[in-house]
Amino acid sequence: MHHEQQFLPPALQVLIVLFALSGAAGYFTLMLRTNRVRRLKHWPAWRWILWLSGTVMAALVIAGPFAEAAHHDFRLHMAGHLLLGMLAPLLIALSAPVTLLLRALPVTAARRVTKMLRHPVARFYRNPITASVLNIGGLWLLYATPLFQLMHQHLWLYLLIHLHVFAAGYLFTISMIYIDPAPHPSSHLFRTLVFIFALAAHGILSKIIYAEPLPGFPPDEVREGAMLMYYGGDLVDLVIIILLFRSWYRATAPRHLYQKIESS
Amino acid sequence: MPIPAHQKYHHQKKNLWAGILFGLGFVAFIDETIFHQLLHWHKFYDRSTTSIGLISDGLFHAFSWFATVGGLYLVADLMRRHAFWHKMFWGGKLLGGGGFQLFDGTIQHKLMRIHQIRYNVDILPYDLIWNITAVIMIIAGLLLIRSAKKDNIGVSGGETLAS
Repeated sequence: MHHEQQFLPPALQVLIVLFALSGAAGYFTLMLRTNRVRRLKHWPAWRWILWLSGTVMAALVIAGPFAEAAHHDFRLHMAGHLLLGMLAPLLIALSAPVTLLLRALPVTAARRVTKMLRHPVARFYRNPITASVLNIGGLWLLYATPLFQLMHQHLWLYLLIHLHVFAAGYLFTISMIYIDPAPHPSSHLFRTLVFIFALAAHGILSKIIYAEPLPGFPPDEVREGAMLMYYGGDLVDLVIIILLFRSWYRATAPRHLYQKIESS
Repeated sequence: MPIPAHQKYHHQKKNLWAGILFGLGFVAFIDETIFHQLLHWHKFYDRSTTSIGLISDGLFHAFSWFATVGGLYLVADLMRRHAFWHKMFWGGKLLGGGGFQLFDGTIQHKLMRIHQIRYNVDILPYDLIWNITAVIMIIAGLLLIRSAKKDNIGVSGGETLAS
C-alpha cells in the first residue's frame, strides 16, 4: 500500500482524539459528582483510569501516527486490531460506564436507561451468539474477502470497519462478562460453550491468514501479523475467561461461606 | 459450622473432572510452550494440514484454555468445600492429559497432519515415545481412579454417592 499523503484528513484525526478525551472528561466529572453523594458507595479512580486507557487507546488506533503507520505494515495493522477490538473494549467494560451513568442520572432518566437495556433489541444483541457472530464473523468478512483491499482505498469504509471492530469487540466482551447491569443473563455454561467456538474461529482465521497471505503486503509480514493475531487474541481472551470463571466461582459459593463473608 | 468428615467422597465426579480438564489443559500448555515456543520443533502451520485438522486444532486449542482455567477454579471450589481429593484429581489429570496427548499424537499429527513432532529427522522414534508416554499416562490415571474409588467404598460401605 503506497500513500504519499496521509490517509485520514488531519482535522478528522484531531476530532477523533478530542472525542475520546471529552469522553474521559465526562466520565471523570460523573465520578466526582457522584462521589460527593453520601448515600452512594465510593467510585474508585482506577475505574476512570481503565476508561481513559481504553478510549484513548481506541482513538489512537483509528487516528494518529500509529494509524498511519499501520497502513503500510501488516504487523502494526494487526497489533492495532488487537488493541481496538479486544484490549480497549475489555478495559472499557471493566470501567463499568453504564453503572456510573445510572448512578449519576436522576431516577426517571435512569429508569429509561434500564428500560432500554431490557428492550428485546438490546437482548438480541447481547446474546453471546449474536455478539460472537458480529465480532468474529466481521473479521472473517474483512480478511477472507476483498473487503480488506477496499478498506485501504475508501475512507468511509475504513472508518466504518474500525468502528465495527471496536463496537463488536465491546459487545462480545459484555456478552461474556457482566460488569455492568446485565438483564436476561445467559448461564455460565452457555457463555463458555459459545466462547470456545468464538476463540476457535479466531484462531482458525489467524492460521488461514498465515497460510494465504493477503495481497499488497510482503508475505513474511503477513505471517508475523497472523501469529500476533493468534497469540495476542489468546492472551486477551485468557483474561476474559478468568473473569468469566471467577464470576461462576463467586455465584456458586456454598451457603456457609456466604454467611462468613456477610458477618465479617 | 463443623466440617463433615469425608466431604471429598460427596464430590467424586467434580474431583475427577477437575483433574481431567486440568490435565488436558496442562498437556496442551506444555505442548505450546516447549514444542512450539522453546524447541521450535512444532510448526505454527503445516501446508499438509487438512481442513478438518485446522478446525480440530482450533477447537482443541481454544478448549484447552477453558479447561485449564475451569479445572483450576473447580479445584478452588473443592478446596473451599474441604472436598479436594488428591488421588481422584491426579487420576483424572493423568487420564485427561494422556488422552489428549494420544489424540494429538495419532489423530491430529498423523491423520489430520496438522504438524509433525519434529521436521527433517526420522520421525518414528519421536512418534513412538510420544504415544507410548500417552498410553502409560492413561493406564496410570485409570489405575489411580480405580484405587480412589476403592478407598471410597471402603469408607462409605459401598453406597452410591452423588457428585
